[in-house]
Amino acid sequence: MKPVFLKFSLYDFSEWIKSIHQWLIELAGPTIGHLLGLALVGTCFLLFTALLGLSVVYIERKVCAFFQQRLGPMRVGPYGTAQTVADIIKLLFKEPTMTKESDKFLFMLAPFIIMIAPFMVLAAIPFAKGLHVMDLNIGLFFILAVSSIGVTGILLAGWSSNNKYSLIGAMRSGAQIVSYELSVALSLLTIVVLTGSLQLSEIVASQADGWWIFKGNFPAIVAFIVFTIASTAETNRGPFDMAEAESEITAGFHTEYSGIKFAFFFLAEYVNLFIVSAVAATVFFGGWMPLHIGNIEFFNNAMDLIPPIVWFFMKIAVIMFLVMWFKWTFPRLRIDQLLTLEWKYLLPISVVNLLLMSFIALKGWHF
Amino acid sequence: MNTETVELGKETQEYFINMGPQHPSTHGVLRLLLTLDGEIIKKVEPHIGYIHRSIEKMCEHDSYQQIVHLTDRMDYLSCHMNNEAVCLAVEAGLQLEVPERVKVIRTIVSELTRLSSHQLWWGVMGMDLGAITTFLYGFRDREMITDIFEETCGARLTMNYNVPGGVMFDIHPNFQKRTKEFITHFKKKLPEYEELLTGNVIFEERTKDIGYLSKEDAISYGVTGPSGRASGFSCDIRKKHPYSAYDRVEFREVIHTDGDTYARYVVRMDEMRESMHIIEQLIDNIPEGEHKAKTKAVIKLPEGEYYQRIETARGELGVYVISDNKKSPYRVKFRSPGFSNLSALDTMARGCKIADLVAMMSTLDLVIPDIDR
Repeated sequence: MKPVFLKFSLYDFSEWIKSIHQWLIELAGPTIGHLLGLALVGTCFLLFTALLGLSVVYIERKVCAFFQQRLGPMRVGPYGTAQTVADIIKLLFKEPTMTKESDKFLFMLAPFIIMIAPFMVLAAIPFAKGLHVMDLNIGLFFILAVSSIGVTGILLAGWSSNNKYSLIGAMRSGAQIVSYELSVALSLLTIVVLTGSLQLSEIVASQADGWWIFKGNFPAIVAFIVFTIASTAETNRGPFDMAEAESEITAGFHTEYSGIKFAFFFLAEYVNLFIVSAVAATVFFGGWMPLHIGNIEFFNNAMDLIPPIVWFFMKIAVIMFLVMWFKWTFPRLRIDQLLTLEWKYLLPISVVNLLLMSFIALKGWHF
Repeated sequence: MNTETVELGKETQEYFINMGPQHPSTHGVLRLLLTLDGEIIKKVEPHIGYIHRSIEKMCEHDSYQQIVHLTDRMDYLSCHMNNEAVCLAVEAGLQLEVPERVKVIRTIVSELTRLSSHQLWWGVMGMDLGAITTFLYGFRDREMITDIFEETCGARLTMNYNVPGGVMFDIHPNFQKRTKEFITHFKKKLPEYEELLTGNVIFEERTKDIGYLSKEDAISYGVTGPSGRASGFSCDIRKKHPYSAYDRVEFREVIHTDGDTYARYVVRMDEMRESMHIIEQLIDNIPEGEHKAKTKAVIKLPEGEYYQRIETARGELGVYVISDNKKSPYRVKFRSPGFSNLSALDTMARGCKIADLVAMMSTLDLVIPDIDR
């Protein structure tokens, strides 16, 4: 029991995690020990997602309020911090209604499918040195693949609700997500050309002496911009929130949902926002790597003092703020303009950008 | 126009959608029956009557002073102008000469009402297009005007400030000062509005060449106000048939010829500047005198028909009164701008997308109680 918690270090989690694993196996034997480990990870993730949802919703409400020159939630708890908790409690106690004509099984299934995708993606993200559930050698590919499961949930929700607005929302979202995935993948591939690996831990390690956004020359910046736009569209957030455009199709695919099932859609949106920011931070901004500038020893050592996990969350916060910023500034696009933007602009740009990056990597022109 | 025909090679079915009576962007209880081909609109059929309160019939049982406050509840965003229309009709019937001071006060308050109405429209327009921040910005500046109104007559929205013969109270001592403060404040804020929406690429894409209404159609449907003027139809009653103090102020009738959603947007934005210009000319020159002409306690209009037209924030409001020399009118008919403007929606919307319909409705600036009465 004793050595397990002594090995804890904010700078390197690998020893600590390993010792917990060892301890579990010693405690309950190899099979049950493994199972216990899985259960522990699952519980941690559930708690993490719940906290994440609560805090990101709170942050979004505050950020949006400041953009709109108001205070946002202020009444429940200090500075309204308990407002989101109160909202979740309210949603838990609300009656989960269902229309008579809806497809009951699919209607119940849809919120769960929508939650599965972000959970699986979270498992592949390296939060800090050694704090990593699965370090797959196809990490980035895995993220791209499983994050697409979410759209199935949206389509199911829209279809099974048997509501005309929901169906329009679901169809919009289907067209949108499938299209924008191409740009997301291509812009990530642009960096993979430089790292030569899809494994996220290696992508992070390759940025120890500088982040790809700085090292990767001009195409890396283009790739980051394309990724930000495309991933915002993939998470159905404004100005690409076609699927739930409340002024056109009331609430889109989740019009008929209430109570905790609605909360699932809501939570999934914010966890997805966190995930795309985390992927962007990992691939473009060095993951949990601290900021290092050339050979300035003093500066680099000072930066190393900040724990990697803090670096990671700081980067995510900055990217999330960026995404929130344009959500609360821009009007919404129309569905055909949205598809035009992807197929006529973003996709050709990403393809050319990828070729350019390959050329740069070939010539060794990156830093 | 953005019409795309999708050749599927298959038999497809038309899709009906009931937009409203409860819908976030119909801004009231308007019900639109849409016939869709996917996202493309084939037909729009407005169904009205969900907020019909038989105001015209109620007028037949009320005294002329009581009628005035009923008109607040028609187009509540241009309530002062509605009041003024009835008062002007009654004053014409009584052949009552109202003091100069009243005319100027009425004009200033009318223009303030128009400004607040356009501010609200701007905020809501942004919200309909998905930019929620504009809504809060619009309301922030509108607050200053409603505060002025509250100080002047005690009410913020349905003011009921006009009475036949004048205005109910004299202006508050702070009125001039606060109005000038507002004008200086809003002159700084209007460029902010333009920055947030007008020059935005997404906004221009969403509004340009959408919902085209030709001048001929505008005239035949009777589309008036900013919506009509955006199609090149010169229909400003303030210019054509000046009332109150509009004959002594200098202002431009904003006319655009594009006839699309963007033109309707620009007309309203320019109108806000003109309104401020009008107020600036009058605010320091309010003549001294009575705030109300003497009228009898029971007003009886001589037998006959009276018609008064007025320019509200949405277009031309006509008040038609038939009197049979009793204390309440024999018949009152309101020609409301919203009703005629709505009728052009089907022509404008055909071939556009659902999202465009929302943009069109917000530039028509529909107020449903004005349509139903």
